[in-house]
Amino acid sequence: MSPEVKPDFLISPEGLRVDGRRVDEMRPIELKVGVLKQADGSASIRQGKTYIIAGVYGPRELHPRHLTLNDRAYLRVDYRMATFSVPDRKRPAPSRREKEISMVIANALKPALFLEEFPKAVVDVFITVIQADGGTRCAAINAASLALADAGIPMRSLIPAVAVGKADGKLLVDLGDEEDKYGQGDVPMAIIPNTEEITLLQQDGSFSREELQEALQMGINSCKYLHELQKEALKRAYVKKTPDNGDEDEDDDDFEDDLETDLGEAAIMEDE
Amino acid sequence: MAVYFQKREVVVPGQLLAEGRYRASFGTYDEGGKIYSSLVGLAELRGNTVKVVALEGAYIPKEGDLVIGTITLVAGNNWKVDIGGPYGASLHANNALRRPYSDDISEYMDMGDVIAAEVIAFDRGSGPFLGMKGRGLRVLQGGMVLEVSPAKIPRIIGRRGSMINMIKDHLNIQTMVGQNGRIWIRAPSTAVLRLAIKAFKTIEAQAHTSKLTDRISEMLAEEIAEIKGSSEPEEEIEPKEGSVPDDSSKVEEGIPEEVESEPEPEPELEPEPEVVTDAEEEKPAEVEAKAEVKEEEDKKKTEEVSEE
Repeated sequence: MSPEVKPDFLISPEGLRVDGRRVDEMRPIELKVGVLKQADGSASIRQGKTYIIAGVYGPRELHPRHLTLNDRAYLRVDYRMATFSVPDRKRPAPSRREKEISMVIANALKPALFLEEFPKAVVDVFITVIQADGGTRCAAINAASLALADAGIPMRSLIPAVAVGKADGKLLVDLGDEEDKYGQGDVPMAIIPNTEEITLLQQDGSFSREELQEALQMGINSCKYLHELQKEALKRAYVKKTPDNGDEDEDDDDFEDDLETDLGEAAIMEDE
Repeated sequence: MAVYFQKREVVVPGQLLAEGRYRASFGTYDEGGKIYSSLVGLAELRGNTVKVVALEGAYIPKEGDLVIGTITLVAGNNWKVDIGGPYGASLHANNALRRPYSDDISEYMDMGDVIAAEVIAFDRGSGPFLGMKGRGLRVLQGGMVLEVSPAKIPRIIGRRGSMINMIKDHLNIQTMVGQNGRIWIRAPSTAVLRLAIKAFKTIEAQAHTSKLTDRISEMLAEEIAEIKGSSEPEEEIEPKEGSVPDDSSKVEEGIPEEVESEPEPEPELEPEPEVVTDAEEEKPAEVEAKAEVKEEEDKKKTEEVSEE
């Protein structure tokens, strides 16, 4: 592959980015749930040219045993890049960077998961970057979160993630590869959308206080948009599996004879 | 007081389900008086309890569950049993045999044996413990074990066992359905066995569609007629595919037969009587027992919730 050249500008005179996006515009995103047959849960994401697949196994028995946590399940995330995912062949041994990103993704996902429901077990998340074009850690979180939901792991919420950066003095949402490499800074972030709690926040480059605050706000807005896409992708995968859901079901009368809950309701009516 | 979902709507984690005086139950969590879903599944309202029926998930043992497991290890007075899911179970000889029993408990059950057992204890601190002192809990001889998703088991049993009884009536098979997603089937012929597998797989695939019992019943009636028409003489064939180890050599050293009159059955190693009538008279009772257990569980759940 020809050596990459630094583009003349990251923001054109018209205020558009190298790939023609506006500063607050994300790349086209395609999310799919249930892409792997063998995994308990899986999802893929295409974000521009970035393409990532995540597979989830478990909760299952934890090996090696010494990692066992007695009060909750262990969340083991393995982020790997395929050898062909970058312009120069990536050496297949796990790099320092991959190990770090694995840890960062685990920490970003953990606050949303009810891992205490499965003490001593493990939930394995395997993430493979098929093609990297910037923003892989955030895209990986998006996909991993969907895969966990697909595997039936109980969680507080899906986790959307996005990177906000700075190039030519302007704040940009969802950095592409060139903006990441030649820009002035990068702030990847992940949030729990309902409460706007931040589960991942990293930064390189320098930002002023005002810039960082604005960047966070832009990130939160984009995350909420992403969250909608995630919910839609998940529902799409499951509504397909349940074709005539919503029909009058023979089980509709399933609980009519359930005296206890009926009494419960009656008691409440009296209260009011 | 408001509910934000339709009956049996597909909901996703973090989706707001209800507000006000509702109780959070399975598949949901309560945060500041609001109830959110914690799973992908079908939302349901029972009385004032909100729950989400999971569509996926590993098997998590519950006390009272009937499970089908494979013995993986004999350790002193314990058998280690694989029941699927993240937790390996153990079965103590005291909970399976009548005293006195031999020091070497592998004489009664050994590695590879497939058993039907009940989860007698399970909490966060100590792994699941099994017991085999109940009606119909025994070593399963012959037949095969079919694995389905544990989340689909309630549908396979049906309301008060309606689905499984219907299948038994049609096919005249012996079967046991474990809550851990394993189904043991022994059929009089390979054709019937295949049909049973097809039925269970269909239920698994279409677990959330309506009028499923009727459709399966129709399908079975049709196909069983076909089988009867094509091959009049039904031979007794043991299935090969995925069959459980049927160690008939052990049968000789077995204990004298007393299957039905046994008040506290120990793991009987004698061969199951191959007569079909046995299947008919023994099985419905089992399913009833299961249905009762389920009801009890439901009650337990509601109680737990109310304590909060």
